[in-house]
Amino acid sequence: MTMLDDFVVRALVAGIGVALVAGPLGCFIVWRRMAFFGATMSHAALLGVSLAFLLNINVTLGIIGASMVTAAVLLSLTRLRVLPTDALLGLLAHAALALGLVAISFQDTLRIDLMGLLFGDILSVSRGDLVWILGGGATALIALALIWRPLLSATVHEELAMVEGVRVRLTHAAFVLVMAVVVAIAMKIVGLLLIISMLLIPPAVARRFAPTPEIMALIAAFVGALSVIGGLEASLAWDTPAGPSIVTAATILFVVSLPLSSAAWRTLLRKNKESHPTHDH
Amino acid sequence: MNIAKAPRDESREILMEARGLTKRYGGHLALDAVDLSLRRGELTTLIGPNGAGKTTLVRLLLGLERPTAGTVTSVPKVRIGYVPQRLHVDDALPITVRRFLALGGATRDAIGEVLREVGALHVRDKPLQTISGGEMRRVLLARALLREPDLLVLDEPTAGVDLNGQAELYDLINTVRQEKNCGALLISHDLHVVMAATDHVLCLNHHVCCSGTPDAVSEHPEYRALFGPKAAQTHAVYTHHHDHTHTIAGDVVPLGKDQP
Repeated sequence: MTMLDDFVVRALVAGIGVALVAGPLGCFIVWRRMAFFGATMSHAALLGVSLAFLLNINVTLGIIGASMVTAAVLLSLTRLRVLPTDALLGLLAHAALALGLVAISFQDTLRIDLMGLLFGDILSVSRGDLVWILGGGATALIALALIWRPLLSATVHEELAMVEGVRVRLTHAAFVLVMAVVVAIAMKIVGLLLIISMLLIPPAVARRFAPTPEIMALIAAFVGALSVIGGLEASLAWDTPAGPSIVTAATILFVVSLPLSSAAWRTLLRKNKESHPTHDH
Repeated sequence: MNIAKAPRDESREILMEARGLTKRYGGHLALDAVDLSLRRGELTTLIGPNGAGKTTLVRLLLGLERPTAGTVTSVPKVRIGYVPQRLHVDDALPITVRRFLALGGATRDAIGEVLREVGALHVRDKPLQTISGGEMRRVLLARALLREPDLLVLDEPTAGVDLNGQAELYDLINTVRQEKNCGALLISHDLHVVMAATDHVLCLNHHVCCSGTPDAVSEHPEYRALFGPKAAQTHAVYTHHHDHTHTIAGDVVPLGKDQP
């Protein structure tokens, strides 16, 4: 375990661990158009942190709890149609963030590194953090694998899945729980303001290279891990903040992938057209 | 007056039955005490104006929503093949037709076979987002058939398909349901096709206005009030029963109404 004495190694292991689950989970967030939903859940994480300090419980558990409550409130408000969904999500995200900042100000500020919560503090990952991150990440990944097929089925057509016997509500609940866990473990890496980019950018890169949902998830995991390595290297070389550097690395990968991916996409479409010149008959 | 020529075959097995089905959304009464039975080997068509509660009724029968009052009973372990009205898959999700069909739990061989049956084998490896409206309807029908259904439920199965394609699709639906000897419930706007190919028609406007064979329904005053001369016209075109007459200008005038 001597390698883990090195803070850079710990940061790499933690970052890659988060990226490997954030990529596949992010694919579903993209397919289901839940980007705003994910951002709102992560904004609420700050409330979880102050709650954890207040109740003297583990911070990761506090974040998971707060994210789940936010998700439940969101889902019920969406169902009641209080506001259009995007307005509701925008309102809740920033209300939760503001509330979290206010709640945190009541705490002993010396114990809480606010910048670390907002933008991540990957270079200070401890062995204890590592256990939470890898344990939580592995659990989330296994859970996602278990609900993969029903969730995919419900993503394609919810009612068709229900008629075919998929337990859609249960699957959704499990999915939101997985999201809460990933938000909690990703917070240490990139901070709550940037978590959503770890979930969205790798699938965005993977999107047009992938012929199947599973390959897209694998590519997204790989792109995420690559961003963590690149971002950490850059951060150490130029003394830039680690979390934002990781997200910047991911963004660069996205920009580079754009011309490549549209070429790949055109080829795919052309191939289909050539083999089947007419659509109707 | 035309009376039902072929009385309903009561010996056929009842697959699903609704009694007094009522659905209320807030103050709005979407469905009012609807009775309905669906039998094996029988094609029942649900017609009615927009907003008449057709989709609500289907959602209740499928168990997607709970009724405010009334019951839906079905034979034990009835297998339902559902063909939804729309399928929208985000471009970001890379999924082929074959994979879409496999989501229902089908094997590779079964998928090839059912696609051949519905005449859509050529789209098997295409991304779901790139196939045409008509091909999509066939693929959705294939997904329903893969479940080896006792009962097919088809919600506007020709939405977004041109007239030729519609006739082909209805032929296809009729062929497969006869081959599989399953019951079928069809929601449709295409009165002319409905009246030509259906065993049993249910005309819905929140309550059941009338039901019976196409002939019986097309003569029913409530049906005529709902759909007007158009109803009589479409019936005539496809069955050539002269239940209307023409003015000198060629306009259609249903029988039983005052001539100009």
